[in-house]
Amino acid sequence: MSRQPYVRPVSKTTWYMRNGRYKKYMLREVTCLLVAVYSLLAVSGLASLAGGAAQWNAFLASQQNPFMVGFHAAALIFFLVYMTFDWFKLAPKAMPVQLGEKKLEDRFIVIGHYAAWIVVTLVIFWFAGVI
Amino acid sequence: MTIAKKSVVWGLFAAGGTIAAFIFPALIALFLLIALGRVPEGLQFESIHQFATNGLGKIILFVVISLSLWHAAHRLRVVFHDFGVRQDKVVANAVYLVAVIGTVMTAFYLYTI
Repeated sequence: MSRQPYVRPVSKTTWYMRNGRYKKYMLREVTCLLVAVYSLLAVSGLASLAGGAAQWNAFLASQQNPFMVGFHAAALIFFLVYMTFDWFKLAPKAMPVQLGEKKLEDRFIVIGHYAAWIVVTLVIFWFAGVI
Repeated sequence: MTIAKKSVVWGLFAAGGTIAAFIFPALIALFLLIALGRVPEGLQFESIHQFATNGLGKIILFVVISLSLWHAAHRLRVVFHDFGVRQDKVVANAVYLVAVIGTVMTAFYLYTI
């Protein structure tokens, strides 16, 4: 080892901008902000629900504005692409299924996840009275 | 940390991620409908209140909200690190505290409904 090893300067705050893979990693990472936002929104909705009909209706009314429409629409697309679909993509690596000597093919695990997701979404929509 | 403790932490994190991946698109879509002023039948006070009064409904709401909060906190901690914030202890305390407060509030509101 040399006495003065060269340390390549890497920015602590913008390191991911150098490489497409790193950028994608960061886009995946920041989806947790949406998980946080919607969890806390759910908690505040629950608080209004516990407060009675008037408070619940006030909560619903407070959510009705053009900004929230734009925010939810953008959040939905971003979340689907970088959280849900990416989560399904990595599922076979996180939970490989062993069948005797062989492993279940990755694509079957991914397809299974999509199918389960569609069912879950339909059940929620059915319960919510959307369909 | 012992292996047993680690697996519990990891298990809750993974469960929260799975719940978020599967359920949150529908949740966001419901919020979008609300924002558009088209509040679906099931989200009118009578129906949603009935759901939250029911024991199974309470369990579903508690599990979904608390695990999502935990998942978000765990990942936010990493995101702070990725954006160059290296005070991990401070960050960890802050994000886990918010998750704990949110979980306690969820339990309290579900209890009072």
